Amino acid sequence: MAGEPPDIRPDKETASLAGDAVEAVIRSQWGRILASLTKTFNDFQLAEDALQDAVESALIHWRRNGLPRTPAAWLIQTARRKAIDRLRRKTNFRSREAEITRLIELDADDNDRERLAMNESAIPDHRLEMIFTCCHPALEEKSRLALTLRTLGGLTTEEIARAFLDRREAMAARLTRARKKIALAGIPYEIPDSTQLPERLNSVLSVIYLIFNEGYLASAGDSPIRSELTDEAIRLSRLVVRLMPEETEAAGLLALLMLHNARKPARTDTDGHIVPLEEQDRQSWDQADIAEGTAILKQALARGRVGAYQLQAAISACHCEAPSWSETDWAQILALYDLLEAVMPNPVVRLNRLLALAQLRGPEEALQGMDALAGTLEAYQPFHAARADLLARTGQTDEARKAYAAAIALSTTPAERAFLETRLARLSTG
Amino acid sequence: MQYMCLIYSAEGSGPQPGTEEFNRYMQAYFAFTGRMKDEGKFIAGDALQPVATATTVLVRGGKAETMDGPFAETKEQLGGYYLLDCKNLDDAIACAAMIPTAEHGRVEVRPVMIFD
Repeated sequence: MAGEPPDIRPDKETASLAGDAVEAVIRSQWGRILASLTKTFNDFQLAEDALQDAVESALIHWRRNGLPRTPAAWLIQTARRKAIDRLRRKTNFRSREAEITRLIELDADDNDRERLAMNESAIPDHRLEMIFTCCHPALEEKSRLALTLRTLGGLTTEEIARAFLDRREAMAARLTRARKKIALAGIPYEIPDSTQLPERLNSVLSVIYLIFNEGYLASAGDSPIRSELTDEAIRLSRLVVRLMPEETEAAGLLALLMLHNARKPARTDTDGHIVPLEEQDRQSWDQADIAEGTAILKQALARGRVGAYQLQAAISACHCEAPSWSETDWAQILALYDLLEAVMPNPVVRLNRLLALAQLRGPEEALQGMDALAGTLEAYQPFHAARADLLARTGQTDEARKAYAAAIALSTTPAERAFLETRLARLSTG
Repeated sequence: MQYMCLIYSAEGSGPQPGTEEFNRYMQAYFAFTGRMKDEGKFIAGDALQPVATATTVLVRGGKAETMDGPFAETKEQLGGYYLLDCKNLDDAIACAAMIPTAEHGRVEVRPVMIFD
């Protein structure tokens, strides 16, 4: 079994010009190179291993001879030769002989070499195929996130492990297992056909959204926001929009992420505590992100194929446009939640709709509606926190206290706990 | 690639023999098998007798032991299979989704191991 090779990153002390150049090429081109190699080899693990080998040689050669004219083309060619070496070393290499011959012929193809050397944009872009492979629903959810980040985000295994608070070895084993399943189960490196596309695109978008949320809401750990994940999610989302410009929900997701991201600077205070939307300093919201997110959303909505991501982005846009919490257009938000509940009838959407309702018509009606959700959302921390807030507003202090206690018991991060404890304390003194 | 589609459902669920619904269900199976043959994907496929007819055999210390019933007592039982030759997993998934029992039971898709 092919093991996960070590991530090739120069450490701080040996970092040289070549090291930085390799790093820069990896960051910007990793996904494209790896996707291209995987398509050539039809073997994900071999592509990953061969590219790691090529990066290792690049560190040596580039340091000695300087950067090649087209580093990405150099890496692709070197990786192909490394793949041939790896195939020859395999115990079952006879069964791969045809494959080896094909790669040798490809390598000898001067036209191909010149084409690559002349123009890096001639490297065929297979990233969209790879996104569908990495986000395949036949893979475990966490593996989809990790594999997408490793393959298309260019994050190292180490960085992904850190982001998910896993051990490096566990994350490496997870990635190897996922690539092995792709090979053995025959998950293709292809864009699904039109009958499967809607479901599969959904899977892709949800992986990107989960990556963003993992960074934005950070379900565990000390730091409430992990920017490397939110940044990668936005980058991936942009890529999907560029590759599938017709898909309005892809644009809806990008708009949603931009609009959430715009509020990031205000989401935590200087001590790292969470600041609720209601109390955020709206001056610190990123206006460029808001403008871009809103423009993307408007274009998507104009196409008239509304979906859950566009609706959530529209709700987010209402918040971004409001000068203050009290001047928010709650009627508009409630109307959007009604539409969202129709396309995505899940209890969390219902809960959020009720919170908008509470703003528009007072807490009593919303609290009544929440009773029906108590069973399904029993283990959902935000349910208890929101309920506690509404109970406090109606003066039911004892009930509110119990609800805060339930929310605190369900918190998974210190920031969340500290925030709820402040609210609870305020209740006792107020 | 060869994929084994293992068809599971709770016995007694789904259309019952003697009903119009059952006839349609069987027609759908014939149509599916026919389609797989036409597309050159069909290698084998059978329905199994109910789990009440199952016998489990194991050999321990060189001695064969025989037991009445299936290996695992679960609500959903293996009721049949198709062995299909498909282009890739997406193709196999598309085929498995056409198996009529998938509408009330479930189909497990497993690639067949190749020794090389």
